[in-house]
Formats: sequence, structure tokens, C-alpha cells
Amino acid sequence: MTATAARPTVSPPASRRRVPGWARTMLVVAAGLVILSVTATLTGQLQLTSRGTTQAAVLLLLPILFAGLGGLWAERAGVVNIGLEGMMILGTWGAAWAGYQWGPWAAVLGGLIFGALGGLLHAVATVTFTVNHIVSGVAITLLGLGVTKYLSTLLFLPVSQNPRQSPRVEGFDTYSVQPLSDGLAAVEAEQRVLLSDVAGILGGLVSGLTPLVVLGFALVPISYLVLWRTRFGLRLRSTGENPVAAESLGVAVVTYKYIAVVASGALAGLGGAALTLNPGQLGYLEGQTGGRGYIGLAAMIFGNWRPGGLLAGSALFGYVDGVQLRAGGEAVHALLYGATILAAALAVLWVARRQWRPAVVALVAGAVVYGLYQTIDTVPREFAAYAPQLVTLLVLAVASQRLRPPAAVGEEYRKGEGD
Amino acid sequence: MKRIRTVLLPPALAIVFAALLCAVALVISGDSPLTALGAMITQVGEGTTAVDIINSGAIYYVAALAVAIGFQMKLFNIGIEGQFRLAACVAAIVGGALVLPPVIHTIVIILVAAAVGALWAGIAALLKAYRGVSEVISTIMLNFIATGLIAFLIRRDTFGLLQGNNISTAPIPESGRFPGISLGSSGTIFGMVFVAALLGVGYWYMLGRTRFGFELRASGESPTAATAGGVDARRMVIIALLLSGAVAGLVGIPELVGRDFAYTLTSPQGYGFTGIAVALLGRNHPVGIALGALLWAFLDKSALALDNVGVPREIVLIMQGSVVLSVVVAYEIVRRYELAAEQRRVSAQLRAVPVPEQQEVRS
Repeated sequence: MTATAARPTVSPPASRRRVPGWARTMLVVAAGLVILSVTATLTGQLQLTSRGTTQAAVLLLLPILFAGLGGLWAERAGVVNIGLEGMMILGTWGAAWAGYQWGPWAAVLGGLIFGALGGLLHAVATVTFTVNHIVSGVAITLLGLGVTKYLSTLLFLPVSQNPRQSPRVEGFDTYSVQPLSDGLAAVEAEQRVLLSDVAGILGGLVSGLTPLVVLGFALVPISYLVLWRTRFGLRLRSTGENPVAAESLGVAVVTYKYIAVVASGALAGLGGAALTLNPGQLGYLEGQTGGRGYIGLAAMIFGNWRPGGLLAGSALFGYVDGVQLRAGGEAVHALLYGATILAAALAVLWVARRQWRPAVVALVAGAVVYGLYQTIDTVPREFAAYAPQLVTLLVLAVASQRLRPPAAVGEEYRKGEGD
Repeated sequence: MKRIRTVLLPPALAIVFAALLCAVALVISGDSPLTALGAMITQVGEGTTAVDIINSGAIYYVAALAVAIGFQMKLFNIGIEGQFRLAACVAAIVGGALVLPPVIHTIVIILVAAAVGALWAGIAALLKAYRGVSEVISTIMLNFIATGLIAFLIRRDTFGLLQGNNISTAPIPESGRFPGISLGSSGTIFGMVFVAALLGVGYWYMLGRTRFGFELRASGESPTAATAGGVDARRMVIIALLLSGAVAGLVGIPELVGRDFAYTLTSPQGYGFTGIAVALLGRNHPVGIALGALLWAFLDKSALALDNVGVPREIVLIMQGSVVLSVVVAYEIVRRYELAAEQRRVSAQLRAVPVPEQQEVRS
């Protein structure tokens, strides 16, 4: 959380034939698809690219995506929000309480409001009272846990006969984009290399949708547009980069920080609502969040404090989780094979760029992963369940030095301190 | 006088505020705060409660010390939870497998636990020092991975045994156990309670009396000044996290060598997060942490007594959460008040003296 790269790195003067950002993203996505498809074909683990896995991945990534967006809003305004977990817990409770009485849309609103209340508390502590952000976040997580347990005993116990659980909450109906969904299903059933794999993944993305899924994916470009393409967003981000300078330009720093942190809580609360309303979920369940707030924060750091990046981070997380839940340790084992291909491809790329050291590192890592793949038949169930966390840790270890957090994130700011 | 006011007033204010908040919550839900308070106070004299508070307090104390070592350097070791659970699990496996003479056996178990805790924290330390990965995120991820590793280690085809309908490690033989002080029907105080107290003394000595402690605090106060003074920041990060992890490794030991003698699937969890809260309550001061740990243990034990008089036990969790948040806010309020008072005092002095000197009053 320390500001390691305070100075923005100067971009090299017009490198030859620079590929635009969107094209690079498309290339990375395409490369990922090819690797997955090759892995699925060679290892026979067709579940890796099936429609069901993708659907599961989407539902699993949704709470993480909301939490990550919450982290993005807060940290762009310079406030570390490790209380996302607590706000998410509040969100699950609020969603269940409103949801079992007035239906799914009320649940969404309930989660949003309860999460925003948690965010408001965080804002009061960190912005008004300049309490250390981590300290306040940990306290809010404790408090969120306590408040929801207390309220559940009070309000859910008489109805559900169980203090750890809410009454049944009606979820959203799922729907699919027709006729695209059926068409893709037909292609997937043909079992052609690459084509069927792509159809499986796309099919998972256009079927089994709920309004909340659509909202989650829509909020990624919306967050980008609001934070990077409006005056409001520029001011909000300026309070996270250099609050004193922002103040000297007449920006109401405290107001912007409040808005950002409350929005952050609301987004985390939406993540809680997404958990409560998940198809197959009864409603609120104690311990339901299972640390997804923290994982959302990790996904955001993984995504370099950018909306697109955090979508990729939560997708990675949701995907690995979906694979291990649907197909178990053998499919995760097959992912090791995919990781080997990835390492080899990266090594080739770096050799082509004449960057020898990273190329050697990639080759060695690939060899180690391949050795692991050959020596074990399946990843033990206990590790498969935590594969997403392991992947996050590995990716951070490799990529963290290229990340650039907002310059003043986590720093205490007092109004008028620049005078 | 002023020192007492700045040190003791905030926690007192915070406790009163949290108690008021809980009283309001209880009144709203139709319970009597006075009944609740009465039940909480009378429980201390009943059965083994007093001893339980001391035993739990010692565990929280060790956990909070582990957190505080990191806090001194502004490092947030959220991973105490994973470190202590993995350490207790491995120590139980090693302790159950070895045959050693009595005292040595116990010492080996304790050392193994400290080493495993340090090792697990060491991953985060290396990632932080060499790859710049925030220790907050890496330790949280390591907590999850530790859970998986423990589940794997106590599987029946690795080191686990089926005991009734619970899976556990092989029990530690008599020679590896740490005898406690039996108080008859009031319970048994863990022998490890005294080790915890020694750790507190060691912590105080390290911080205040050694070069390392000075460098640790200096790095926390101002990393740039410390670097200019010849402190190797990278080395400090690694040592601080290793030390924090080693202490964290001991958190599970009092119960392991004093009561349970094996690590099971249902062995306690959550001490790591309690440790963070207690370290905040005690402001990283060895005596403050002790008081915070006892308060926390007292509140924990109150849950049962509250249940008996029909008050929802979850009110204790609200009390704990609000006490932590209000204590940090209270310190800030008192600090601001003192600063304003200081400024008024200085400006009054300056007005009294005819030739004003240039004086910097900002902290």
C-alpha cells in the first residue's frame, strides 16, 4: 500500500508500431482462449471450456467483481478499503432482509443501502477522523459481523427458526440471449477443436443471466467512463493522487472522498446482494462471504487499479473457482498443463524481444509446473479449493512491480494541511 | 497528569461509548441493559470463568504481540490467523510423532511452532521485500492457503486419525505436555500463560532497549529518515515479519500443550483477527495490550452468561467491534484537543513575551 512508484514513468517516445490498448486486450483474450482450448483437447478435460463451467464462473466472479469495483472507487480517492468484507457482510444481510419481504429488486436495494452505511462509517473514521485506513477497515469487518449476527437473531430467528440463516429469498429469473445461446450450444455439441471451446465459453456468457449479472458487467465500463472521462471523475481521482494539490485547485477533497467511500460500500453491498440472490442460494447464510471482499481487493490490485484489469482479475478468480467446483482436482490439474503452455509462450515472446532474464525465468517456471503436472495425477481436493488464492499470489509475485497504485492511497489527509 | 489524560482517557471514553451503543441496541430490541451488565459482572466469580478469562487473555495477548511487532513498522500482518493455525497443526504432528524426555519435548514443540509461523510469514516477507507485494493482500491469501494445507495435513491418508466423528492428529504424549496450575474447581491456568507474560517483557525490552527495536520504530515513524540513518529497509521488513510470524506461531500452543494435546478439524480459529483488535485497543504497548486482551476475553466469556439471562449473545460482538472503532477515533479526538490546547498555550505565552520568537508548534 506504500506509494512505490510516485513518479509516473515516462512512456518511450513513440515506439515502433505500437498496438492500441483494445487490440492488445483482444490479443491476450484470444491467446488465453487458444491455450485453454489446446489444454482441454490434449488433456481431455472438456469441462475446462464448457458452458456450465463458464456459467458457474460468471456467478462466482460477480461478488468479487462488485467488491473489486468497490475497492477501485475508494482507492482512486486515496482511501484503502479493507473493510469491503464487512460491508459485503452487511450487504448480504440487508439484501436478505429486504428480499424475503419485497422480492429481488428490493434485495438489490437493501444490499446497496446496507453496504453504503458501512462505507459511510469507514468514511467518517478515515476521512473525518483520519484513522488509519487498515485499522478502520478491520474494525468495520468485525462490526459488520457482529451487527449482522445480532440482527439475524433478532429478525430472522422468529421466521426461519435458525439464527444463522434468513428465510428463503426469491431470486431473479434467469434468461438467455436467444437465438445466440441455442446456436452456440449447437456448435459446442459438435466437439470441434477451438470452435466448440469458444462456443462453450461464449455460450456460458449469454445464458443463465440475471439482471444483477448484467448490472455487474455494465458497471465496469460505467466506472471507467465516470472515473476517467468526466470532470467529477478527474476530481475524485485527483484526491487520491495528491489531495493537497487538488485542494489548492478548489476541489472539495473531503466531499469527494466521502462520495467515493460511500459508493465503494454500496458496491460491496451489491456484491453481498449478488451472493444472497445467487441461484441455488437460499438467502443469507452466516459466513457466506468467505473472504470474497478481500479477494475483490486482491483482484483490483491485480488489475492495476483499473476497471478492465479488475474484471480480468475477478474473471481469473471466478474461472479457477468454477473449474474446481464443477470438475474438481483433475480439471485443476489440467490447468497446470495450460500454465506450462502459457510459460513457454511467454518465454518465446521475451526471447523475440531480446529480454533474456524474464525469458529464462519463464522457462524455469514452466519446467517446474510441467514437472509437477507429470508427478501428480490430481490436485488434492483441499488445494484445489484454494487454487484461486494461489493463482492470485503467484500473479502478484510476478506482476506487482509493474503496478501503479494511486500516489496518495492510504495516506492521511487533513483539510488545509497544504497551507 | 497530562500523560495520564492522553493515554487513559481515550480507551475509557471508547468503552463508555461502546457500552452506551450496546445499551441503546438492547433497549430497542426490548432487553434490559442493566440485567445484561449484572450478568456480565457476576459471571466472573462463577465456576471457571475467571481462569478461562486469564487463559484466553494469554492467547489473545500473544496474538496481539505478533500483530504489534508488525504495527511498529506500519506492517499489517493480517496473516496471524493462518500462521498460528498452520504452526499449531505442524507442531501437533511433530509433537505426536516424537519420543523425547519431558521438558525437551515441550520445548521442541514450541520451537517447531515458532519456526513454522516464521516460515509462513516469511513467504509474505520475501514477496514484500523483493517483489513489492503488499503484505496485507499476500497474508490474506496465505490465510486461505493455510486452511487448505491444514485440511490436507490432517487427512486420514496423511497425518490424521479418526477420533469419534472428528479427525485429529496423533495425541501428544505426556512428556510433551505443559503442566498448568490447578486451582481445583476454578479450573487450571495454562503454564503457557507465564510464557506469554515473558514474551511481553521480551517485546518491551526489544522495543525500548535494543538497537533493533529502535530501528524498527524508526522505520515505522519515518522510512526515509531511517534509510538516511543507515537502516536497511528491506532487511527490516523481512526480520519484522519473520519475528511477527514466529510469535504468531505460538498463539495456538497454550491450548495444544495445555488442554487439547492434538490438532483437530474443530480446533479454534479466529485468534488472528482478535489479535489485531487487541493490538489496536492496547496501542501496541505491552501493558495496554494485556489490558485489552483481558477485556476482550471478559467480553467473550460474557456471551454465555448473557444467553442464560435471555439477552442475545451477539451483542458482545457489537460491543467488541464498536470498542475498537471508537478507541481509534477517541485517540484522534483527544490528540486534536491536546494539539489545540498546546497551540493556545503557546500563543498565550507568545503574547506575554514582548519579543516573540519563531516557534514551530505543529506536530
